[in-house]
Amino acid sequence: MKKRVISAVLAATMVCSLFAGCGGSGSKGGETADADTFRIGGIGPVTGAAAIYGSAVRNAEQIAVDEINAAGGINGYQVSLKFEDDEHDAEKSVNAYNSLKDWGMQILAGTVTTTPCIAVADKTSADGMFEITPSASSTDVIKNDNVFQVCFTDPNQGSASAKYISDKGLGSKIGIIYDSSDVYSSGIYAKFKEEAASLGLEIVSESAFTADSNTDFSVQLQDAKDAGADLMFLPFYYQQAAIVLKQAKDMGFAPAFFGVDGMDGILTLENFDTSLAEGVMLLTPFAADAADEKTQAFVKKYNEEYGETPNQFAADAYDAIYIIKAAAEAANVTPDMSVEEIGTALKGAMPSVSYDGLTGSGMKWEATGEVNKEPKGVVIENGVYVSID
Amino acid sequence: MKSKKLKNKITTFLIVIAAYVIVEIFLLTGNVSSLLQGLLVPLCTYSLCAVGLNLCVGYLGELSLGHAGFMCIGAFTGAFFSVTTADIIQNDGVRFLLALIIGTGCAALFGFLIAIPVLRLNGDYLAIVTLAFGEIIKNVINVLYVGKDSNGWHVSINSQAELGLEPGGVTYINGAQGITGTPHSSNFTIGVILVLVALFVVYNLTDSRTGRAIMSIRDNQIAAESVGINVKKYKLLGFTVSTAIAGAAGVLYAHNLSTLTALPKNFGYNMSIMILVFVVLGGIGSFRGSVVAACILTLLPELLRGLSDYRMLIYAIVLIAMMLFNWAPDAIFFREQIMARIKKPKREV
Repeated sequence: MKKRVISAVLAATMVCSLFAGCGGSGSKGGETADADTFRIGGIGPVTGAAAIYGSAVRNAEQIAVDEINAAGGINGYQVSLKFEDDEHDAEKSVNAYNSLKDWGMQILAGTVTTTPCIAVADKTSADGMFEITPSASSTDVIKNDNVFQVCFTDPNQGSASAKYISDKGLGSKIGIIYDSSDVYSSGIYAKFKEEAASLGLEIVSESAFTADSNTDFSVQLQDAKDAGADLMFLPFYYQQAAIVLKQAKDMGFAPAFFGVDGMDGILTLENFDTSLAEGVMLLTPFAADAADEKTQAFVKKYNEEYGETPNQFAADAYDAIYIIKAAAEAANVTPDMSVEEIGTALKGAMPSVSYDGLTGSGMKWEATGEVNKEPKGVVIENGVYVSID
Repeated sequence: MKSKKLKNKITTFLIVIAAYVIVEIFLLTGNVSSLLQGLLVPLCTYSLCAVGLNLCVGYLGELSLGHAGFMCIGAFTGAFFSVTTADIIQNDGVRFLLALIIGTGCAALFGFLIAIPVLRLNGDYLAIVTLAFGEIIKNVINVLYVGKDSNGWHVSINSQAELGLEPGGVTYINGAQGITGTPHSSNFTIGVILVLVALFVVYNLTDSRTGRAIMSIRDNQIAAESVGINVKKYKLLGFTVSTAIAGAAGVLYAHNLSTLTALPKNFGYNMSIMILVFVVLGGIGSFRGSVVAACILTLLPELLRGLSDYRMLIYAIVLIAMMLFNWAPDAIFFREQIMARIKKPKREV
């Protein structure tokens, strides 16, 4: 008897939750959205291991939206932003997307990480929604024509890095460490290797780590040291790069280090001895201490509101919102249009948009969704980024 | 006794069917939020997993912490089949059915192979070894590269470049990037049918001579051996069926998303433990409880989205509260008292 009662209660709970879900749709369905505000949704991990990327994007998108609203909105309409958590999981990301749809989202500025983005891009394409991702960099993301990227694609970064190293003669014997469990890192690695072969760069050591073993790199470094590498290519995020730099120094291994945009943020990492990063080179579209007015204003504002220095993710996200604004103004869309109408209009307007932002000036887009901007090579000197060129 | 069991069984089927009918009615009238629509297939997926694991934990009496690994095998083999045959088999239903059979079969095969050494252990030791196997499965899939060009199949465990594909070749499994472009073949109806089939299988299995043999091993292995029960055979059987159901869940999972990667998040030991939580919360040995618990715990974090930053914290607290309410002796006593009070007036009337 007791068990039956429990299951009845549990079943009742389930039914209640079903109704709760239904109730939500009645009042917030896409059709009934206010006709005088644009509803922009954001998706990214704000809990879990990848939370710093998602939080950075959320904060920066909020700053951009507040600024736009203060300056009169898009085409005279105010913008509201809602950001949902996806825990860096494809399934949760689709849930987040659906939940935003219930809220009445018209444009998606997300998702932050690549794997979830591929799953969500499939859904936005089915719904005809315009999507611009600040930082999901795989080419699979932009397979559908409604998705645009603010960041470089992984292959782009890989080939740009190889070209940069070869053109500037930064090293002849290259060692690579990459994260084989990460799409971003292995995507760059694969293209770098291919490009290096055609440019005649010699790769003497390549070793991988995974998300489960990203706290000790002595084996990989020893391998590179034994192979006589004079330049280490590190296509992964700054948290791991910091450990690599520390361990390399401890074992007396001092090649040149070359990173990609994930390396940005290393100088602001807590408890990191920035002298270790002296001489590290990286390709990044954004440097928090760049002298231009836009960057400085953004960094100052971010610092005031959230008490930290924004990283490249934040800059990409800030740009993403302004790019939506630029495209929306070019296509002259209004919030009373349906999701699909807005999607088609923005999609059509994107190739004609040219935008100067934090992560590049004169950014332009292919109809495929890929961005055209110049990668900037910087080297860390006395704790600040200095342009290599 | 017999009729009570039967009644229990029928109630479970009715609950699932009723839930299905209610949801379908709401779907047809267009009253279901997108969030819930998107959650329907995952609900079925996790219910399946929980039912599968409950067979292992509740009836075989062996604690497995590697079920996410078997789900992973089912997901990858099923998705691999679907992606490679997407051009050959045009019919979505037929392709999904074949993928389901292959995914389930592969998970069962691996379950069987892994069970041979693993089931020599028991208790905590077995739990740890299954945990390790689950991780091995995930890590092997993460380094696997499979592609095809005009020269046939290429396999590598180092990098995509090593496949040496000719121009025009296609990489199907791209290491850590997994499989992308799996067709969306699973839907709620298929999911519910699978849950019903799984329930049918496990109820009949536990109700049969075989099931009683399996339970006798759980209750007392020495006694079971002494009456001539082939302990090894029944243990293997129970474990294999359990992993096969997890494999079917994996196939369903893979065909619901266009990207499939073996991340710690979806196929790591965290997921295995999550499935175990479904089983324990729903009641070890109660399949109906597993389904209900899986549904509630999958819905809960989504319904808590309104709490934004505190969502996962509240989720954890609710989980603790639910566990206490369901299984703490004091809570059970308290519930019984309440129930007695509610029932009494009824009798008087």
